[in-house]
Amino acid sequence: MLALLVEAPKYGLQLRQEFEARTGEVWPLNVGQVYTTLQRLEREGHVETDDAGRDGAQKRYRLTADGERELHSWLRTPPQAGPPPRDELVMKVQVAMRLSQVDTTEILQTHRRRIVEEMQRYTHLKADAAPEDIGLGLVVDAELFRLEAVVRWLDAADARLRSLPTIPAGAPLTGPSSARDGQEERPTRSVQDDVAGARR
Amino acid sequence: MSVVLSLRQVSKVYGAGAAAVHALRAVDLDVVAGELVAVMGPSGSGKSTLLTIAGSLEEPTAGQVTVCGSDLSALSADATARLRRRSLGFVFQDLNLLAGLSAVENVALPLELDGMAVRPARVAALKVLDELGLTDRAGHFPDDLSGGERQRVAIARAVVGDRSLLLADEPTGALDAANGEAVLRMLRSACKRGIAGVMVTHDAQLASWADRVIFIRDGRVVDQTAPSPSPDALLAPGPTP
Ligand SMILES: Nc1ncnc2c1ncn2[C@@H]1O[C@H](COP(=O)(O)OP(=O)(O)OP(=O)(O)O)[C@@H](O)[C@H]1O
Ligand SMILES: [Mg+2]
Repeated sequence: MLALLVEAPKYGLQLRQEFEARTGEVWPLNVGQVYTTLQRLEREGHVETDDAGRDGAQKRYRLTADGERELHSWLRTPPQAGPPPRDELVMKVQVAMRLSQVDTTEILQTHRRRIVEEMQRYTHLKADAAPEDIGLGLVVDAELFRLEAVVRWLDAADARLRSLPTIPAGAPLTGPSSARDGQEERPTRSVQDDVAGARR
Repeated sequence: MSVVLSLRQVSKVYGAGAAAVHALRAVDLDVVAGELVAVMGPSGSGKSTLLTIAGSLEEPTAGQVTVCGSDLSALSADATARLRRRSLGFVFQDLNLLAGLSAVENVALPLELDGMAVRPARVAALKVLDELGLTDRAGHFPDDLSGGERQRVAIARAVVGDRSLLLADEPTGALDAANGEAVLRMLRSACKRGIAGVMVTHDAQLASWADRVIFIRDGRVVDQTAPSPSPDALLAPGPTP
């Protein structure tokens, strides 16, 4: 938002359209999100408006010197880090492995196909876009690399299953975040915990 | 849409007895003009075998292979060689560029072998090299090209002229993401012009350029993607399953 205002003062509606155009319309934004963000930025002194009397849609916003400093510091701030989210797919595959009546390989393939289909839609979007549409290319590539990583995980899981064809039913399976590199001291989680977690 | 490549119940067994390897088991596959099909599967699942059989470089143990309407088992050796030269384009893992010929000569070679005069063959070759961003490398010999450049020359050679079927085995092997994308754009646009393409890859990003992805495992086609809906479906994200 701040970056769009560097170029020139703009109206709220215009900001929304430009944001969507530059992210290749993959990340749609509703009007409410635009105005809450603008109100917050105004409160914090990062933007100001000269049409105090009018309502949101009519207001024209301008970047302040403070806002420009904020923009440069935001560009260099690492994206939100935190513990990785509990991975639903990892959990499903672990559950599948525990169920003797389920063919885990088939479960892996079902997810592989679904993800490749989603990747096809993104790639075809990119293929049909003009090469100079860099905004779209960046957003689509980010999704593609993320999905590709999931397919690679599925392939690795598949290879693991092949190398270990019989898994003793009832053996405790460790969660993905357990004692990685021996640095973490967390207790290993069982699948039952994962299932309980999913129900919560 | 005309079917360019058709496999019917194709099987391939290497060796015999206890040592027999079933590389393909009763594979059915149709590829129509204008379609790019990707083949994914674990190592040793039979992907390259599928491609060499489709390209008439090897014979199936059982089943029927039809390319451009001709049943390969019914063609003489000469007729098969002509079909390969005229209608098929190959990009294989080992690129088979001729070290004694420059990039443009390598690309023009299949056209000349097929009877085209040297000059028009060269013009056609330069045009394809240009599309792949290799204009200023046209005079280089394969040994003086980077791995990625060699790869693109091999692709130029496979798509030059009026081919009907393009067979590619890991066609972007040594390329980085940007060059890999350039190659896939090129393959896709070749298919959009009416060529049928089959590309083997273990890379989901590359496979996602295809119109259809088939999954092969232990010599069997086990799954394939649904025909892709319009890309607009992405713009209005619905509930994810
Ligand atoms: N000429 C041959 N003689 C004997 N066995 C062969 C021959 N060619 C391939 N095979 C075997 O057939 C099976 C399928 O091989 P293929 O090369 O088609 O696999 P692939 O899917 O292309 O694997 P990769 O991803 O590693 O290239 C393998 O088990 C391989 O060892
Ligand atoms: Mg292979």
